[in-house]
Amino acid sequence: MNPLWITQILAVLRLEMRKTFLSKRGFWIYLLAFLPVVLFTGKSIVEIRMHRAGDFGQDTNIFATIFQLFYLRLAIFFGCLGIFMNLFRGEILDRSLHYYFLAPIRREVLLAGKFLAGVIATCLIFTTSTVLQIAGLYLSHGWRVFSDYLINGNGISHIAAYLGATVLACIGYGSIFLAAGVVFRNPLIPAAVILVWESINSILPSLLQKFSVIYYLKSLCPIQIIPESGGFFAMLSINVDPMPPYIAVPGLLLVSAAVLVAASFQVRRMEINYATE
Amino acid sequence: MRANDRVVFENVSKFYGDVLGVNRVNLSIPPGITSLVGPNGSGKTTLMNLMTGLIRPSRGHIRVLGIRTDNPEELFRYVGYCTQFDSFPKGFTGYQFVYSYLRLYGCAHAEAEDLTWKAIERVGMTEPARRKIAGYSKGMRQRIKLAQSVCHGPSVLVLDEPLNGLDPLVRAETIALFRTLAEDGMHVIISSHILHEVDQISDQVILLSNGYVVAEGKIRGVRSEMQEHPMQILVRCNRPGVLAAKVFEQDSVVEAQIHKDGLGVLVKTRDPDKFYLLLNHIAQNGVTIESVAPADDDVNSVYEYLIGSEEAGR
Repeated sequence: MNPLWITQILAVLRLEMRKTFLSKRGFWIYLLAFLPVVLFTGKSIVEIRMHRAGDFGQDTNIFATIFQLFYLRLAIFFGCLGIFMNLFRGEILDRSLHYYFLAPIRREVLLAGKFLAGVIATCLIFTTSTVLQIAGLYLSHGWRVFSDYLINGNGISHIAAYLGATVLACIGYGSIFLAAGVVFRNPLIPAAVILVWESINSILPSLLQKFSVIYYLKSLCPIQIIPESGGFFAMLSINVDPMPPYIAVPGLLLVSAAVLVAASFQVRRMEINYATE
Repeated sequence: MRANDRVVFENVSKFYGDVLGVNRVNLSIPPGITSLVGPNGSGKTTLMNLMTGLIRPSRGHIRVLGIRTDNPEELFRYVGYCTQFDSFPKGFTGYQFVYSYLRLYGCAHAEAEDLTWKAIERVGMTEPARRKIAGYSKGMRQRIKLAQSVCHGPSVLVLDEPLNGLDPLVRAETIALFRTLAEDGMHVIISSHILHEVDQISDQVILLSNGYVVAEGKIRGVRSEMQEHPMQILVRCNRPGVLAAKVFEQDSVVEAQIHKDGLGVLVKTRDPDKFYLLLNHIAQNGVTIESVAPADDDVNSVYEYLIGSEEAGR
């Protein structure tokens, strides 16, 4: 890669990280990300106070259910929407995008820098939350049980799978929302469409299922959840044709790369005309 | 310096949906100070945004020093643009605003820091540079934008209403800076709707009205081509009555009016060169000429003649 591009990507990163992490506007993203941490830790604290340890297997299933039905589908989804959609759209609304467009930087390099900043920010927020959720949930079981789960059980591979799914969710949803922020003026419409598309993924024909992020993410989750309530939640969680990780990971990265390439064409043609926004 | 030293517009039109931005613009702008003059909505900012690639033409081609405007990575090595947009990345100090731009440019930290302070010093912003831009006055914001646009030493400097909000002293310093840059061989392209301001600083003007270029060139050249409006010349002398009678003998003089203060004659002539020759002759025959000055070869008059008093006064 051209060394100048690396310098420029790092310059964009510095600017974007500052905006992403210190923005008051993004407070709700932290709230969404760390809500499960509060719930799981609260549950453990109550159990410790009542001198009652929960069922480890049941807690593992609770985590898997919350992770798939809330964390991936809502928290990371909307967190990525808030961060990635604003990378370009937010700057147009703030009338500050020209700062980048007046620099001798390829628009594709700018897009790469912004995307990378979004990925780093979301990954840091959401993987931290994932780790804290696990720590909070298993707090009541004590270190001995937890270390046994890590060393003798599937603990390490499960945690690695959840963290991997979190990172890939940030990349997958990030690329889609970055592209949506470049193409659409109103983020609500694409967000609603993508949310519906991701929700009905399980009932779509096999080929169409592959054009979604959640399809790959579900395949990477280590525990298949089967909600007792059935109905809508069952529809969200069912995965009749799971994909092995060695296909799911490159598959999702490929979909994300394709979306980013399409977005870069759009950014290349983008004009600054704040008056019409 | 690049081989091609012009900013060239070839039959350029820009439409915003059904709304006309500029239409059929053909220009070849040489180095020096060029002013785009016209009332609000005449197309000045559109032309500037086109030449910096912020918008793309609906028709035609633009090249800046031979570089296509859809090639920002090369274009902005040579171009600096001080826009009219009064918004800045949130939380930035003046220093960070310029420094970060230079990092985007590709400069290493030490070089960026050095160039930043040089540019900031050049626009007289050293003292407030470490303060947040949010607390700057309009004039300070204007100057820090100017620092950002010159910090990388561009060959073409595009300035959209650069003197807006500046106090008279800073305005004079800024104009002097433009002069220095132009004398160094740079293109300084300025937009303004304040005509007398442009008159003081421009080597050439481009007059715009409703998206069309109505005249271009050196302001006096543009004026002399307007034969239907005789040139007005104010002659200060000791015997205005005698002078008025003498000049009326010349065919090309269409009007000679004693000035209100009684100390000069305002002459309207279709042939200024012939009139100046006559004036020499008169001066040798007992009339003491104190001063001779064209009264309507400034941008304001030219604009008024071309477009009409209504728009010129806007």
